[in-house]
Formats: sequence, structure tokens, C-alpha cells
Amino acid sequence: MLRFILNRLALVIPTFIGISILSFSFIRLLPGDPVDVLAGERSMSAERRAQLIHAFGLDRPIWQQYLDYLWHALHGDLGSSITDAHPIMGEFLTLFPATVELTLCAMIFATILGVLFGILAAARRGSWVDQLTMGTALVGYSMPIFWWGLLLIIVFAAGLHWVPVSGRISLDYYFKPVTGFMLIDSLLSGQKGAFLSAVQHLILPTIVLGTIPLAVIARQTRSAMLEVLGEDYVRTARSKGLSNFRVIAIHAFRNALIPVVTTIGLQVGVLLTGAILTETIFSWPGIGKWMIDAIGHRDYTVVQGGLLLIAIIVMVVNLIVDVLYALINPRIRTR
Amino acid sequence: MADDSAPTVEALTVVRQRSARLEVLGEFWHYFSQNRGAVIGLVVFVALMLMAIFAPWIAPHNPDEQFRQNLLQPPAWQQGGSWQFIFGTDDVGRDMLSRVIFGARFSLAIGFFVVVAALVAGVILGLVAGFFRGVVDVVIMRVMDVILSFPSLLLALTLVAILGPGLVNAMIAIAIVYQPYFARLTRASVMSEKNREYVTSARVAGAGPLRLMLVTILPNCLAPLIVQATLSFSNAILDAAALGFLGMGAQPPTPEWGTMLAEAREFILTAWWVVTLPGLAILITVLAINLMGDGLRDALDPKLKRS
Repeated sequence: MLRFILNRLALVIPTFIGISILSFSFIRLLPGDPVDVLAGERSMSAERRAQLIHAFGLDRPIWQQYLDYLWHALHGDLGSSITDAHPIMGEFLTLFPATVELTLCAMIFATILGVLFGILAAARRGSWVDQLTMGTALVGYSMPIFWWGLLLIIVFAAGLHWVPVSGRISLDYYFKPVTGFMLIDSLLSGQKGAFLSAVQHLILPTIVLGTIPLAVIARQTRSAMLEVLGEDYVRTARSKGLSNFRVIAIHAFRNALIPVVTTIGLQVGVLLTGAILTETIFSWPGIGKWMIDAIGHRDYTVVQGGLLLIAIIVMVVNLIVDVLYALINPRIRTR
Repeated sequence: MADDSAPTVEALTVVRQRSARLEVLGEFWHYFSQNRGAVIGLVVFVALMLMAIFAPWIAPHNPDEQFRQNLLQPPAWQQGGSWQFIFGTDDVGRDMLSRVIFGARFSLAIGFFVVVAALVAGVILGLVAGFFRGVVDVVIMRVMDVILSFPSLLLALTLVAILGPGLVNAMIAIAIVYQPYFARLTRASVMSEKNREYVTSARVAGAGPLRLMLVTILPNCLAPLIVQATLSFSNAILDAAALGFLGMGAQPPTPEWGTMLAEAREFILTAWWVVTLPGLAILITVLAINLMGDGLRDALDPKLKRS
């Protein structure tokens, strides 16, 4: 097991180097002079330009610039925004909890409902329940979520006024962030109604972001369950006279879990992609919206830093999923 | 000279090959047509293709023509609507139905282009990596890992920032982001096929590496690639629409569905039809392709057959 983990860890290093080279090259690949890109100024004097070239280190060999970038990045220094001069790392850490909160809620929503629907469809294979859930799952899987979000806003926010249109909490409440998670902070603030407001703001974004993972998990759970339900030990359990519920919920589901857990892990990348769109639609102040705004404002240092950080997160999550997978499935370790 | 009425050996072989091919196709169609959803998907997809090809003849109006007297006119069945604009008009008076019909051209073209580009690039990289192994393999696969470490839409967005917004650049960006999947699949199947006997015998018979890769091995790796291609087709349409929606894909006034949604965003409270139609078009197209994809997977993947 240790060997497996060490092998897997060794793969992280080349990937990390690749990621850092890619994000380093980003600013240099942009059309135009990197000085113009980085300074965000127009019609500079030649003197000022030379000064900036030196300040940005652009007069040094490219490999030195890269090592310098890597050195700073490893120490948590990703430079600062071109537009507002805030340090990028600090900005990221402030906004990241909002994305984590939304992503976690979407994941929980998708997992619970997806597993339930998947089991239900497998248990009633071929029935109208199966066809309906799998049909719906395919629609969910094909959903352009930016449009789905707009539709939900039209119906539930603008039409029925059940939930707010955008943001994380009503403007009536103000408190200093403690954890950065609005659900926790609103409770800690002790203000009446704050928690409810936070929950209401979360509902639509959670549904929108969770839709595709929900569909994927439901489909995966169903096929994993069907595979397991055909095995001998399930037939044995049935022939022992165990109730259908017990066979499905305990004997079969436990063994169907492995592919389902992997699927759930693989959805993290999907969720981060989805977060970019969901946060944009609902003006959710997380890293997805931050990146889109940065691209819109041509704030390329932010884009560069965000790219690196997001890729690192995806890489680490994939690593954790692989290790967890090996932990629950001993067969993979020896491969 | 052989008599014309007596079939030659070559002719017989050709006939036999043809009938074997027909048999394979027949078996494929048998499994595919058993899946009712797949057949529906195929029918809808063909209809969409016809709509895209014959758009200028089907669409009631020019998609770019602005009817200044009919701004944001609701659909025909609503109060204030007229049959001149069945699905209403947008904020500058363009016919929604015509724009949606013309939009099919863009989405399907995006899907085709992205899949072909990603497939060709990915298959070449995968073949080379799986066939030669060693340093080449390590380098190619690590680069693929790096590309896969980025959420696809985010990487596509930054590539578009480098290349400049626009439909063609969006397609290139999406193709770059998608090709690692094809490379990985090809490499995996090449590695499992490479040491089979038929490959060894072809090698002994004197086939060079190029022939071994393209003629001997590749046809036997096709099934997973075809399934991945349908998946990528629908995802490419979704991602291109998302890029358009974020203002980084096709630029207005192009009637691309995602771009139309971006323009329509400010009217979500006042004119539901400008928002609903383009999104519905995306959903139907993607759903049709995914339905077909499910059928293809059932028909092509023997491991999943009858499950």
C-alpha cells in the first residue's frame, strides 16, 4: 500500500512541473508585449518601459524567469492583480470558501439523490420507474447548466419569489466572516433569520451545479447495482430468504460502492467547471466568477495565478481519490 | 483466360469480405435498433442535420434582418404575438425561430470540427505513445496529464484569451482540451493489442511500424474511440455554447445558441422566449446525440452488451 502511494505521489511531481510551466507561459503566450500585459498601461515612455522590463525580470533568461516564478509560487507568492493590486493568494483564500461551500452542497445533493435514484432504478429494472429516472438522468446529463440556471431564476426567483436571484446572503445582514462559509458564519453571527437567508441563497445554485453530477451518479449507481445483483452471493442471500430491501441495501449496495465512489471523485473537475458557470449566473462571489471577471478585465496575473491554484486543487483531489480507491479496492494495489 | 461466367478466386474473396462486413453492420444495427432511445436520438439528429443544411429554405426570415416595428414581440400564441414571428422576436426585432434554425449550423459544425480535430490528434499521439513506449510515451502521457489537470472549460477559456475570442478559436481550444481522452484510450488499446498474435504475424510478414500502427492495430481499437467521439460531440456543443454564453465564443450577431443566450440574459424577467428557445435547442441537440451514444455503446462494446 505504501509503495502504491509513493508511486502515485511520484507522478504528482512531473504533473506539477507541467502545470507550473503552462501557467508561467500563459502571460508570455498572450498577444502583445508582456510588459504591456503586466503593466496595464498604455503609451509608456521608453524609459518607463525599460524600468518595468527590469522590474518584472523580463530582461533575464527565460529559464531564470521560470525558476523565479516557481520559487515564489512555492512560497505562496503569486504576485498581485493588475487592476486592484491585491495579492492574488490572499484574494484566492478569501473567495475560495464560497466555492467550496457551493461545491460541497452540490456534491451532497447530487450524491444522496443520485445514489437513491440509481438504486431505485436498478431494483425496479425495466419498469416505468427505471425508465423515468434514467430518462430524466439523461436529460440532466445533457443539460446546458447556464440555461438551466436562467430557467430556474425565471420560475422560482422572478416568478414565484420563493428564493432570491443572486448573491450569498440578503443585504439586511452583515457580519465579519469567520470561517468564510456563509452557513456557519450566519449561525455564529447570532442574527435572527441570517441562516435561513443563507440557505435560501444556496438552493438554486446547488441544484444547478449538482444537476450533471446527479445524473452521472444515478446512471453509474444503476449500472454498478445491476452488475452486482447478478452475482452469485446476491442469489445466495436471496435464497436464504432475506428480504428484498436487505439484499439490495446491504449485500448488493456495499459492493456496488466502489465504482460509485470513483465516479463521485471524478466529478470534482466537472464541479469546478460547473462552478465557473454557476457562479457567473448567480453572482456567487467564488473563484469561478473571479476567474471569469479577471479574463473579462484582462487581469492576466489573476488568470495565471488562478489557473495554477485550480489545477493544483484538481491534482490533489485526483490523488486523494486514487488513494481512497486503492484503500477500498485491494485489487488495484497489486496492479 | 478465365471464363467470364466462372467467378475468380479474387472475386469470391471480395464477395465474402463484403458479406462479412454486411454481417458486422447488420449485427451492429440489430443491437443499436433494440435501444428505442437510440433510434429516437438518431431520428432527431438527422432532422437537425437537415435543418442545418436547408436552413435558408426552412427559416421564415433572414436571421440577421431586424424588424424595427416588432421589438421583443412575444410568440404567436401569446397576446401581442403574430404568426409572422411564430416564436417571437428578440430585442432588435430579429425572428427567433429563424435564428434558432440557423444556430443548428454552428452547433453541429462545432461538434464535427472538434471531434475530428481531437480524434486525429489524440489517435496519433496515442498510437505513437502506445507503440513505441519509453521516453516518447512518458513525455506524451505526462503532457496529457497536465492538460487533464485543468477543468476543461477553464483551460478552453484561457486558450481563447490567448488566441482571441471567436468561434474558430473556441473550437481549436475545445479540441485541444478534448484530445487527451482520445490519446489515453488509443494508447490503452494499442498496448493491449500490440502483443496479440495477429500483430506479431503481421510484423513477421514484414509490415513496417506505420502499417502496423494504422492498418493492423488501429481498426481493432475503434469501438471505444467511437463511443468517446459521440460523448465529445455533445460535450463540445455544450462547451462551445458555454464559451459563447461567457462572451468568449462566437461573437454577436452570430446566431450561435450560447451567444444568443448571453445577449438574452438581460431580458429573463421581461421576455421569456428569447431565453427559453436557444437553450431548448441546445438541450434537444445534446440529448439526441447522447441517446445515440448510449445505443452506440451498447452495440459496440461487447462487455456491456445485455447489461
